[in-house]
Amino acid sequence: MKNSYFGEFGGCFVPELLMPPLLEVEAAMNDILPTPSFQNDLNDLLRDYAGRPTPLTYCPALSSECGFHLWLKREDLLHTGAHKINNTLGQALLARRMGKTALLAETGAGQHGVGTAAVAARLGMQCVIFMGAEDVERQSANVTRMKILGAEVHPVENGTRTLKDAINAALRYWISHQRTTHYCFGTAAGPHPFPTLVRLFQSVIGKETRAQCLEKTGGLPDAVVACVGGGSNAIGIFHAFLEDASVRLFGVEAAGTGEPGCFNSAPLNLGVPGVLHGSHTMLLQNNDGQIEPSQSVSAGLDYPGVGPEHAWLHKSGRAHYGMVKDANALAAFRRLCRSEGILPALESSHALAFVLDHPNRFAPGNAVIVNLSGRGDKDMDIVTQALEEEGHEHS
Amino acid sequence: MNILEKKIRDAAAERRVALIPFVTAGFPDESRFWPTLVELDENGADIIEIGIPFSDPVADGPVVEEASRRMLSDGVNLRQILAEIAQRKGLLKAGIVLMGYLNPFLQYGYENLAKDAQAAGVHGLIIPDLPYEESGVLRAVLKKRAIALIPLVGHNTSQERMALYAAGNEGYVYVVSVMGTTGARENLASQVTDTLRRARAVFTVPVALGFGLNNPTQLTYLPRDAQPDAVVFGSALLTHLDEGKSAAEFLARWH
Repeated sequence: MKNSYFGEFGGCFVPELLMPPLLEVEAAMNDILPTPSFQNDLNDLLRDYAGRPTPLTYCPALSSECGFHLWLKREDLLHTGAHKINNTLGQALLARRMGKTALLAETGAGQHGVGTAAVAARLGMQCVIFMGAEDVERQSANVTRMKILGAEVHPVENGTRTLKDAINAALRYWISHQRTTHYCFGTAAGPHPFPTLVRLFQSVIGKETRAQCLEKTGGLPDAVVACVGGGSNAIGIFHAFLEDASVRLFGVEAAGTGEPGCFNSAPLNLGVPGVLHGSHTMLLQNNDGQIEPSQSVSAGLDYPGVGPEHAWLHKSGRAHYGMVKDANALAAFRRLCRSEGILPALESSHALAFVLDHPNRFAPGNAVIVNLSGRGDKDMDIVTQALEEEGHEHS
Repeated sequence: MNILEKKIRDAAAERRVALIPFVTAGFPDESRFWPTLVELDENGADIIEIGIPFSDPVADGPVVEEASRRMLSDGVNLRQILAEIAQRKGLLKAGIVLMGYLNPFLQYGYENLAKDAQAAGVHGLIIPDLPYEESGVLRAVLKKRAIALIPLVGHNTSQERMALYAAGNEGYVYVVSVMGTTGARENLASQVTDTLRRARAVFTVPVALGFGLNNPTQLTYLPRDAQPDAVVFGSALLTHLDEGKSAAEFLARWH
């Protein structure tokens, strides 16, 4: 294996039984992915099926309130409702060229599951999804969508019943089904080559954003902001700007409820290095190396680890990582709905809150781009419940 | 010769397959764990594998995972297990191997781990999520303390990859009998014969077969030249112990 590390982070810590399929994916990434014929097929699907390029939308009301120019990269407008489909299309095309007939995926919020199920249907492949039982309950609309798209959905009752346990179950399933099945990993984390492979497919976000910003504003943005769970939308938009020293990069982790000692999903800010799910990265864990449960109002950020490239960008100082609490994300969600008529996912709402709650982080006239990684339709139940609870408190 | 290899060779000299029971540390409960190890030791265990519980055991089936979860909630941890083994050093005839996922070992610190494991009389480690590519640093640290790092190979492990593990390998090699997680199964996959033959051709150390073993009749389906030198059983033993039955009774069926 080559280039499996980002500084000291990354690697490939998996059972030997998973090494042959991972080496097979690595070979496909190096040999098939760069070919013009693969790139043409992928670009056709990204344009005509997924709906790329996505707009870079100016927010006039919020810009005037904040005193800087706020732009949104509209990944929420993609088919199936989030950036996830950039990656699932890429991996599914790759899997088909590798001769695989089935796609396997884990999912947290269900967006990656829906993105995988849709692409599997489109390309005539079988689809098996593992999803934590708690996530099945709180994101039931997405479960229905996956099933209607033809996927087999397995609720995972083990452990914390969330994304972490869905990944464990998917890795186990892959051991016994590797001959026919490609593991379509959903975020830029996990064992090599997934952090690199997923970033390659998601970096289309940053490439488009950079060109659009130059065209619309005549210059580069001053800051780019994205939420970080595993970190695929963030690495996707950051990557095109890594060499642009003037562009500040901000990742936003979920702080949970914010009560002292609460569970959270902020391993970069609050974790220590360790190995989970094939990668040496920042993790929420106790002194014995046991993984701690994570917590967030948004299922898509609810993960105790993070992609190894973010761990490296954090350590090297190229990107900065903040934290936003559940309540602030919900407030930002409402503010974008009312001010701009855009309904963001709760995940993306964390990135928005980071910007809206601390406008003094940015100078007047700055161009600030927030990656709106997904739409909030899936979160209606959670938002409605939160509004009701708040209503009761205030009455 | 590494003591683990010697234990298995000694069994072969007695014309029998060496027995390697696996028990999760602290299982089935605090009062019965050490008596269970002693009983295994007195009833023919050549090597005992002690499982270090981990919150996310991706290579384990439901029985070992559940045991791991129970022991974690009872507060079992690596530091305490090493201390307990050290206290009883020399009381067991069998070789001692710790089997666990990387992160608890990593957080303990490789140098501290090697030092404390050696002091406790541990002869080997098995780390399912540490493939060859990531094993260099730990392998070097363990070698200085004469602790073997036992590799796991399976049906999809090529001759080339087996050769990577075989170079400098001590103790034994663990052949995984199924393309799946741990857990007792009735029939061994037909590929087992082929994988055992390939492992024999590549490794000079003894070959142990595990994952999915519960009784000796499973071995009768294997041809003479593909008989393992040792057998490992975990899930079937844990289930047996959990039903309140004795370790001696479980081992009796292998004599």
